[in-house]
Amino acid sequence: MPDMSMTKYPMPSQDPDVRVTNFGEVALGYDEETAVKEAQRCLQCKNHPCMNGCPVNVHIPDFIRALRDGHFLEAYGIITGTNALPAICGRVCPQENQCEKLCVRGIKGEPVGIGRLERFIADYYSSHEHPEPEKPLPNGHKAAVIGSGPSGLTCAGELAKKGYDVTVYEALHIPGGVLVYGIPEFRLPKDIVAKEISGLEALGVKIETNAVLGRSFTVDDLFDDGYEAVFIGSGAGLPKFMNIPGVNSNEVYSANEFLTRINLMKAYTEDADTPVQHPKKAVVVGGGNVAMDAARSVKRLGADTTIVYRRGVEELPARKEEVGHAMEEHINFMLLSNPVEILHDDKNNVSGVRCIKMEYGDVDASGRKSVHEIEGSEFDVEADCVIMALGTSPNPLIKNDTPALKTNRKGCIEVNEDEMTSIDGVYAGGDAVTGAATVILAMGSGRKAAAAIDEAIMNRK
Amino acid sequence: MYKIVEKEELRPTLTRIRVEAPLVARRAMPGQFIIFRVDRNGERVPLTINGYDREKGTVDIIFQAAGATTMKLNDLEAGDYLEDFVGPLGNPTPIDGLKKVAVVGGGVGCAIAYPVAKELYENGCEIHAVTGFKNKDLVILEKEFDEASTKHIVCTDDGSYGEKGLVTEILKKLIDDGNEYDEVITIGPMPMMKFVCRTTEPYGIKTIASLSPLMVDGTGMCGCCRVNVGGEMKFACVDGPDFDGSLVDWDLAISRSKIYSGFEKHKREESCNLMNAEVR
Repeated sequence: MPDMSMTKYPMPSQDPDVRVTNFGEVALGYDEETAVKEAQRCLQCKNHPCMNGCPVNVHIPDFIRALRDGHFLEAYGIITGTNALPAICGRVCPQENQCEKLCVRGIKGEPVGIGRLERFIADYYSSHEHPEPEKPLPNGHKAAVIGSGPSGLTCAGELAKKGYDVTVYEALHIPGGVLVYGIPEFRLPKDIVAKEISGLEALGVKIETNAVLGRSFTVDDLFDDGYEAVFIGSGAGLPKFMNIPGVNSNEVYSANEFLTRINLMKAYTEDADTPVQHPKKAVVVGGGNVAMDAARSVKRLGADTTIVYRRGVEELPARKEEVGHAMEEHINFMLLSNPVEILHDDKNNVSGVRCIKMEYGDVDASGRKSVHEIEGSEFDVEADCVIMALGTSPNPLIKNDTPALKTNRKGCIEVNEDEMTSIDGVYAGGDAVTGAATVILAMGSGRKAAAAIDEAIMNRK
Repeated sequence: MYKIVEKEELRPTLTRIRVEAPLVARRAMPGQFIIFRVDRNGERVPLTINGYDREKGTVDIIFQAAGATTMKLNDLEAGDYLEDFVGPLGNPTPIDGLKKVAVVGGGVGCAIAYPVAKELYENGCEIHAVTGFKNKDLVILEKEFDEASTKHIVCTDDGSYGEKGLVTEILKKLIDDGNEYDEVITIGPMPMMKFVCRTTEPYGIKTIASLSPLMVDGTGMCGCCRVNVGGEMKFACVDGPDFDGSLVDWDLAISRSKIYSGFEKHKREESCNLMNAEVR
């Protein structure tokens, strides 16, 4: 009989007042007993609606059944049949909008904690003895992957499983893309990312760091070097800034810069040579997941932190769970407010943010309530640091160096239904195609592209 | 890992190293830069390329051991390895169609100005090189510039070597003597470049300045290197590092370059203390 409790078994996590003083992981994960209990909440629906919500089609009821019956390593094999990065997905996927949204248990009560169970299985696997995965037999074909973020790693893993000789080219000095420079340690520990990547290396995937497509080499160079297909998963790395006075004041950062200093360069540790400011009062502009990450990071450096967002709490684009975590950590939310000027002293150092109050207007064409400024409602917020988390757009380097590569108005690479670009044999996926989106969507497109690459190369013979 | 194959002390605290980096050497052009990390805890530091050998797959950089990281770099010897070395980054300095150019370098900036002068000179462009230093002890690359220019004037602030005076004064004199330059290219400390631009402005001579703001990734990702050029926000790493100097908001660029100077001072002292401890 399934466990009919209406709510998920709670996730053990660090106390908010303790965790704001460290960069350790917030959610600590289920133990075996709790994981089995949570798995017993699954009804094992024959038509598995949950799977329809998963961009990489994880066989969810099957792995939960194996988990429930105590076959943890078998469950791992079921997940990794379609998902190469389960420890990452279990932590950062927005399950509430995907698998868990379609879970039958969610109609009355809370859905099964699918993400938590996936994470449990991935962590169990890496912390227990397990048979090494068999290296696939080489099929004699070569493929190159640009970028080692979620889409690139997934594409590389899928191709390696099919026997391709795959090399991933990464511009930074550590592989992982946004998983290492963007998402903070307290949400996704970097040794977890490293472990998942070494799992791919065990499948035969080669990774070349410090290699910048569009600067160090071109797409043509890759074909000259014998690659038969190229997948571009270069992400959306170019930060946006507000076009307001004072935006170039000294302590105004893009969320990318602030998070890169902290996550990739480990600037919060004693040993790191990379500096980062430890502000007293920080303002983070924006309401998405990146804004939450930036706010929670700067809070951990000791700053009294305020999020300024132009709309209301219901419209914060960030995951509910992340907003909840931020609120637990005493981050202030200044909603229906928008910066109009960054204030600074005569040395160009930030002294505050001039904001204006916003109010709701009519519903616009997209069905969203519009917001507009309330005239004369300006007010000043004291700050010695401003972090802009307003979204990112794809990096122009590859486009500029590869004129034949078609992009849209926003600089996103155009692809057909097989994820192929305007250049034969060159595929693309992830944020480079969609603009900033989620880890799992990027992984879905990497997986799809791998299948298309395989089909094209096999049919060519 | 990237091997240092040669190391040469140009003068105390100024060093040239040759690094094995075939991927960088393959496409490197004058005006572009690399980013290195000394070790696993190291910061990413940009340095402009001083020279390259495509066949041997090596890249030369010149650096002044002034901060904690460059001091660490200076501790490495030929045969040692750098943790990371990535590039070429940034856009090459455009040289097409130039017939007569004044290249104005200041201090260590001369190391960056040199490959640009050389490339232009080898392409048949008439080059007037003006290289300025504080004093005689700090003069570098004199012979190299002699060989890569039609006319080379060395000047020092105190007159201890070459002509006495600032590069701006020498440049003004050259222009007033009737030299008609297609372009002035200036590379050096930001205040110097600012005043070179002020000098050429009344004459309407296009002046290109090579900026070296603070950077983290060097590929357009962080926005730390943003500069205001003609009222528009530009990223030096992907839009530059060369910009029309008359349009650059120099005072802003200078202030942004000092954001971490307090931190840098602290690290440098820490680094010195460590070295002192070893000596004792």
